[in-house]
Amino acid sequence: MAISLTKLDPNFKFQVASTPGGENITRCFACGTCSAGCPVREIDERYNPRKIIHMVLLGMKDEVLKSDFIWLCTSCYTCSERCPQDVGITDLMTALKNIAVQEGYVHPSYIEQIKALSSFDGLYEIADFDNKKREKFGLPKIQRKGEVLKEIMDRTGISRLAGGEK
Amino acid sequence: MKYALFLGCTVPVRGMNYEIAARKVAERIGLHLVDVDEFTCCGFPVKAVDVETSFLMAARNLALAENRGLDICTLCSACTSTLTEVNKVLKEDEELREIINEKLGNIRYNGNIEVKHFSRILYEDLGICELKNFIVEPLEGFRFAPHYGCHYLKPSEVYEEFDNPEAPVSLDELIMVTGAESVDYTTLKNCCGGGILGIDENVALKMSAKKLMELKDKGIDGLISICPFCSIMYEGNQKKIEKMENAEIGIPVFYYPQILGLALGIPADELGFKLNRVKPKAFLEKLGA
Repeated sequence: MAISLTKLDPNFKFQVASTPGGENITRCFACGTCSAGCPVREIDERYNPRKIIHMVLLGMKDEVLKSDFIWLCTSCYTCSERCPQDVGITDLMTALKNIAVQEGYVHPSYIEQIKALSSFDGLYEIADFDNKKREKFGLPKIQRKGEVLKEIMDRTGISRLAGGEK
Repeated sequence: MKYALFLGCTVPVRGMNYEIAARKVAERIGLHLVDVDEFTCCGFPVKAVDVETSFLMAARNLALAENRGLDICTLCSACTSTLTEVNKVLKEDEELREIINEKLGNIRYNGNIEVKHFSRILYEDLGICELKNFIVEPLEGFRFAPHYGCHYLKPSEVYEEFDNPEAPVSLDELIMVTGAESVDYTTLKNCCGGGILGIDENVALKMSAKKLMELKDKGIDGLISICPFCSIMYEGNQKKIEKMENAEIGIPVFYYPQILGLALGIPADELGFKLNRVKPKAFLEKLGA
């Protein structure tokens, strides 16, 4: 992937640094401790935290936000624990995902999760069948209506991602 | 000891054996768990989409427990990490707490409770020595491999002085107090991959496979999990992993309270083993249950 200087956005790193979780990005001195210990990178080279940080610092905004690799962080915090510069890489990846969402790139699996949370107040429906099974094992019935989280997500505007209000 | 039991999304539907065993163990050792009907998802799933929304969800759950004057006991490690982190931030940042409370509207959180995982409560609040007094059926001759998972110990700055994520011991000690052996292994600290199961199943399963492929030749009686999502990866997806790796694995995955329950003298048929996906037939036979 060749870098096109005219397409670089020198302000991107400041946008990231002003997003919760991204505050410490400019501390990175590219030692690679994050990538060396990353359990995702061990399996799939597409996900490489040092490379992503460097792309942000260079201003490769579109390439980062449109990419599928920012969504591959499992948020295991291995890199964050070991980073000698306290960049807070896991939270930084969260910040990049939050910015990607604001710019219109949301991974489809999150749309499904938002729909579930809006409908059930949790990731899974607790249907009559489940409550019968729970009762059989002596567990209390659970009744979630799905109104609470929908209201919160309407208020913060993320319901719109799943075709809801706002 | 009295706590509000925070079940989260996965446990009450897909980890009932965990819930059954945890409630039985709690009863046996005098840990009073209170159900709060109004709890919702902790907020973890929307963190990637919008951190503020996840803060609001977590803060509302914290407030519900605080209104009842109760600390929170969690079972899922992702819930633990989310609620612990938001709790710490809201306790320390009064300005942010006011902003969040204003956005919550009808309920407010004042920063007066603690959040702890069930295993951490056993380890810290009850303690290994006290727990030892309750052991009546030691699991001698059994060998288990602990799986700490990621969010139980990380990010370490939110867990204060609990366990060391680079060299953890707490779950090993909890296994040993049952009379069983806790087996050390190379991939001990590996992530299960569950966080990206919905993003790229193939990568996620390959991550889980690493640990299972190492453990299959270790002669263990089971892998010990303390998180429903780790269990989904290692147990629920074990068949898929066997196919992917073209190998027979057959490792039972137990929730820690299931094996602790046995050591406490709770009959096996009251600890939800029927719901374990990798059938622990050999284990139960060895136990004589």
